[in-house]
Amino acid sequence: MRLLLREVLLSFRRTPLLSALSVTTIAFALFTVGLFGLVAVNLRQALRGVEERVEIVAFVLRGTPSETITLASQDVAAFPEVSDVAYVSEDQALARARKDLVEFRDAYRDLQVNPLPASLEIRLKPGYRDSRHVQSVAERLRSFKFVEDVRYGRDWIARLDQLRNLTGLVGFLIGAAFAAVAVVIIGVTIRLTILQRAREIAIMRVVGASNWFVRGPFLLEGAFKGLMGGLLSLALCRAAYTLFQQNVGGALSGLIFFNTGHMLLIVLFGVLLGLGGSLVSVGRHLRDVH
Amino acid sequence: MIRFAHVFKSYPNGALALKDVSFLLNKGEFVFLTGHSGAGKSTILKLLFGEQRPTQGEVRVANFVVNTLRAGDVPRLRRRLGVVFQDFRLLADRTASENVAFALEVTGARRDTIPARVMRVLTQVGLASKARAYPRELSGGEQQRVAIARALVNDPPILLADEPTGNLDERATRGVFQLLREINGGGTLVVMATHDLDLVRQTTYRTIELRDGGIVFDSAVDEVKA
Repeated sequence: MRLLLREVLLSFRRTPLLSALSVTTIAFALFTVGLFGLVAVNLRQALRGVEERVEIVAFVLRGTPSETITLASQDVAAFPEVSDVAYVSEDQALARARKDLVEFRDAYRDLQVNPLPASLEIRLKPGYRDSRHVQSVAERLRSFKFVEDVRYGRDWIARLDQLRNLTGLVGFLIGAAFAAVAVVIIGVTIRLTILQRAREIAIMRVVGASNWFVRGPFLLEGAFKGLMGGLLSLALCRAAYTLFQQNVGGALSGLIFFNTGHMLLIVLFGVLLGLGGSLVSVGRHLRDVH
Repeated sequence: MIRFAHVFKSYPNGALALKDVSFLLNKGEFVFLTGHSGAGKSTILKLLFGEQRPTQGEVRVANFVVNTLRAGDVPRLRRRLGVVFQDFRLLADRTASENVAFALEVTGARRDTIPARVMRVLTQVGLASKARAYPRELSGGEQQRVAIARALVNDPPILLADEPTGNLDERATRGVFQLLREINGGGTLVVMATHDLDLVRQTTYRTIELRDGGIVFDSAVDEVKA
């Protein structure tokens, strides 16, 4: 094992430029994946916040007796998806509008007749907050005779979801391209090292070193480069995150960074990338050495 | 110990390197493989240490069947063989003793046993006093002795030597050949490929002569017939 470690350190000294290049390419591959990952993670976080606010609003026909509404809201509260139902009367709606919509305060003050309808505000239980359940609840609400209209934020939730998937996909594709480049560069590095050490490797084989003994240093070297690349990419992501937060972060509060699991995954991915790259090229290039 | 049974070897470019080669080498023998370059000597040695596989026929070496040897078993075969080359194949950046120790290190020998084993073989080849010399500080004959020490350090029952005296002057040749005879005297099967016919004629060792990939003379067979 000590022998193996020595060989790995030697390889960095033998080809410092190529080794640095391998590490940097792996780092950039993972940095790209990481950046898009960060966006995806934050989008998911935002979606979770939005989902908690998912609510369906059923506007009530003017002049509906309040007993009807009370009975109906008990029915609605009994839906399996529904966590609570709140009745907002016409007056309450107006008061809320006056408070929330400062720009229109004057317009609302001068009104003779309240133009706002009363409504039922329905919140769903966690796990039912996706567009399918929202839609089915909305359908059932529409079947009440006194319900004039049903509104919910389905469209933009679905769009946010799409955006998140797209971000993930783009990040994955660009990351995969970089990863391919990284694998090629690792291959070149290993080829050079093998050519440099062809004599030593040939002797190792003649005296009966096992294949894994010959390959070991190269694989370890690849894994080590992957580890360095992974750590470097995390540092880059962190730097980009901080920079972003300092410059535009004010407008978007509550940005989050990767959790420990994500970070471990990125570093592990780097190690696998390095290991895989060297495994492929070691097998191919060692065959030429006799 | 070594058995070739109707062995053919052809290369992807169509060249036929061996044609129906059969022989049996026993424990403790000393055998010369002779013939012009390209006659097939090197191919036989490469088959012996698992570098190549026969196209047809069977090659057996020390209980291993080379035909069906898995890649993972090649190292196990090679630990039962010592191999010496014409160009010594020493590592220039290591001393004589480090070159010998290398063979033990890469086969996973216990580290605390290495120095004693290295000194023992270096003494055996007469180079104990030059253990710390680098290859460039040694003569050709001495470098070949280091290579022989490296081949012997794992106590192999078979020693393969591919033109071991090809790069040496007459004096060094005699010394290296004498060393190989001593090793053979200890019970090791020695197979030596050479085109130095003077060396062959000096002794009564078994000689297998190759021409164009086939055996044209095997003293163990032909002299019995005659």
